Amino acid sequence: MTSTTLPGTGATDDPVPGVVAPAPASYRNPLRDKRDKRMPRIAGPCGVVIFGVTGDLARKKLMPAIYDLANRGLLPPSFSLVGFARRDWADEDFGQIVYDAVKEHARTPFRQEVWDRLAEGIRFVCGTFDDDAAFTRLAETLEKLDVDRGTGGNHAFYLSIPPKAFPQVCEQLKKSGLARQQEGRWSRVVIEKPFGHDLQSAIELNKVVNSVFPEESVFRIDHYLGKETVQNILALRFANELYEPIWNSHYVDSVQITMAEDIGLGGRAGYYDGIGAARDVIQNHLIQLLALTAMEEPVSFHPSEVRAEKIKVLSATSLAQPLDLTTSRGQYTAGWQGGEKVVGLLDEDGFSKDSTTETFAAIELEVDTRRWAGVPFYLRTGKRLGRRVTEIALVFKRAPHLPFDATMTEELGTNALVIRVQPDEGITLRFGSKVPGSAMEVRDVNMDFSYGSAFAEDSPEAYERLILDVLLGEPSLFPGNAEVELSWEILDPVLDYWAEHGKPDPYESGTWGPESAFEMLQRSGRDWRRP
Amino acid sequence: MIVDLPRTTTNELNKKITALREEGGAITLGRVLTLVIAPDSLDLVEDAIDAATSASREHPCRIIVVVPDDRLASDPRLDGQLRVGGDAGAGEVVVLKISGPLSAHASSVVLPFLLPDTPVVAWWPGVPPAVPAQDPLGRLALRRITDATGAADPLASIKGRLDGYTSGDTDLAWSRITYWRALLASALDQPPYEEVTSALVSGLKTEPALDILAGWLASRIDGTVARAVGELKVELVRPSETVTLSRPQDGVTATLTRTARPDALLPLPRRETRECLAEDLRRLDADEIYHEALAGIDKVQYV
Repeated sequence: MTSTTLPGTGATDDPVPGVVAPAPASYRNPLRDKRDKRMPRIAGPCGVVIFGVTGDLARKKLMPAIYDLANRGLLPPSFSLVGFARRDWADEDFGQIVYDAVKEHARTPFRQEVWDRLAEGIRFVCGTFDDDAAFTRLAETLEKLDVDRGTGGNHAFYLSIPPKAFPQVCEQLKKSGLARQQEGRWSRVVIEKPFGHDLQSAIELNKVVNSVFPEESVFRIDHYLGKETVQNILALRFANELYEPIWNSHYVDSVQITMAEDIGLGGRAGYYDGIGAARDVIQNHLIQLLALTAMEEPVSFHPSEVRAEKIKVLSATSLAQPLDLTTSRGQYTAGWQGGEKVVGLLDEDGFSKDSTTETFAAIELEVDTRRWAGVPFYLRTGKRLGRRVTEIALVFKRAPHLPFDATMTEELGTNALVIRVQPDEGITLRFGSKVPGSAMEVRDVNMDFSYGSAFAEDSPEAYERLILDVLLGEPSLFPGNAEVELSWEILDPVLDYWAEHGKPDPYESGTWGPESAFEMLQRSGRDWRRP
Repeated sequence: MIVDLPRTTTNELNKKITALREEGGAITLGRVLTLVIAPDSLDLVEDAIDAATSASREHPCRIIVVVPDDRLASDPRLDGQLRVGGDAGAGEVVVLKISGPLSAHASSVVLPFLLPDTPVVAWWPGVPPAVPAQDPLGRLALRRITDATGAADPLASIKGRLDGYTSGDTDLAWSRITYWRALLASALDQPPYEEVTSALVSGLKTEPALDILAGWLASRIDGTVARAVGELKVELVRPSETVTLSRPQDGVTATLTRTARPDALLPLPRRETRECLAEDLRRLDADEIYHEALAGIDKVQYV
């Protein structure tokens, strides 16, 4: 199932202990059958190496997700987890860290027998990224696991580290032979956003990573794409007859994609200062959501076909001009949020008093295709906004002729189809309905579909799905090189424009952004939905 | 909340359901199916409801339990019970106890409670009809779930499923071994890439899951498949390697042994009814592999 053998780059070496020969083309596993839909996809023998195990992401997401996968029986018996960090830890100390992370953050119930098996495969390698000897030790540890536990030479390297360390780690992996692609085994690398800070740096980063790992072995994690609701966009659009006919500029007035957070940036200055909301969120999450919403139907669900469609639509996407009227950026100031007094960005620890980093960004995009010509796509994101919410809203045009007089439809808004990505994942359809009573009066009502209630428990966490896909070698949910570069191409002009013109507009914490964000829509007679 | 309605009619029950829903707000949005449970005796009811409410957290559904009470009573009688909220998982439970002449007409009391448009699944936790698809209740259902595990003669029971098979049938003994099958299949993804020449399935005599596992193997490989009574294990023999998956009868940890390779331990506890049921509700289309496995039992050599 998982023998996605990659073209060997090295010469065929002598057999390495612990590494298995690939299956001949004539071999068919008699126990596998496409019609057998019950059978879960269990990853083949493999191990995961996490760089940056002391980070928040590793503790809160990665390690719990790995346990949850094990608990669901989706990891192979030989599975091994290796931590790499600059700590003087023994395997058991690292095991304790994983144990605590699992106990606190795993979604599935804790089962001792599952943990015991997982714990047997936990190893730790101490070292820094510039320490050749540490990587030699890492290579030895992995070879030993190949032999002792039968991981078969298949390794995924999860770089949960700052991007500036990517080149060094990739280089070390190459030097120690760990990145070498060989027949019958795989070596994959997983990287997290940000993928650069502009087009130029993204190209350089891709070059560095691709000089060590071929593109098909690089998995860029955008955890939004692992979310059920996001995958459901494709099901909603292409598995139904109901929506596709109206999914175009004839009926859609505008599309609003919002990702709002209520948290501030206290303690994250090191990462966030100088990056800002547009680079942090719009470039990856929001543009990916736009691509899925706006793309044409792929000819199949094969990863390369889905990617081809996303690339097509992104290459037709550009910023609406002029930028001073179609964009807005803001910076939160002190205020009351949800009953709590919070400070402004400039007073947060670690930010300089004259920081021009934006904590709110809104842009207007045009998609120049026949389907979307003339429909503005509004993307906005921010910190310290009204509440935590991510949604995609298709706002429809007003019905062309209303046989009602004005008083009857005073309270009628426009129809909207809202895909709620988080929290309370689901879909809302907003439409007008008669108010009960003797008079004819029409008012907006909602029709709700909630993922939570229709498919209650089993939806796996985004990271679970993504990690399993890495181990299975299924790239469909990961943005490719070209997508990353295209989204920078879309975003770069506004980043340059902002860098040259003034500073972000202040907005009070707990509100929905600066005045300029509202003006940007009001110019064309529209309004942001209140999500 | 549990509401008892003795000596009632389906109409009154339906009104009560609507009233409860209006009182408690829209508590039953997005139900994906109706699960009809037909135990053949009252003492199976509570366990079945427990398993079903647990499965309903993955597949929110309306659960209808229809059970004969006093078959010999002279007057027909319907006693109802409604469970909503915390007592009913992610849905609602309607229990219908039927007595007297009515006890032979379960489908007539079930029909008014089926949710519009959504698929119906029937589950017989006890003794199922010989041909589930022709049973009046089975005819309402898209998927029909039986359970050979608790039968008086499990082997005869699972063997008998083939004759009564219709697309959409499945047995909980089959979902009980899904992970065993997945582990065996992934073992064969690895070298040596050779044919399986023979296989052995051994375990308790009264575990029909093993009979159908053997049947499945017999339908997939060319060699002989034997079913023995003894320790719990499955062996796949290839010319240069034997794969063994074994577990202590009541254990939770299995061992995967392969010639010239390190043993691997893995968690593999016996699956409980609720997990099996949740898996069976995941797909409602015909399970052709199950059908082939049933047919395969005939090829198995009992030793």
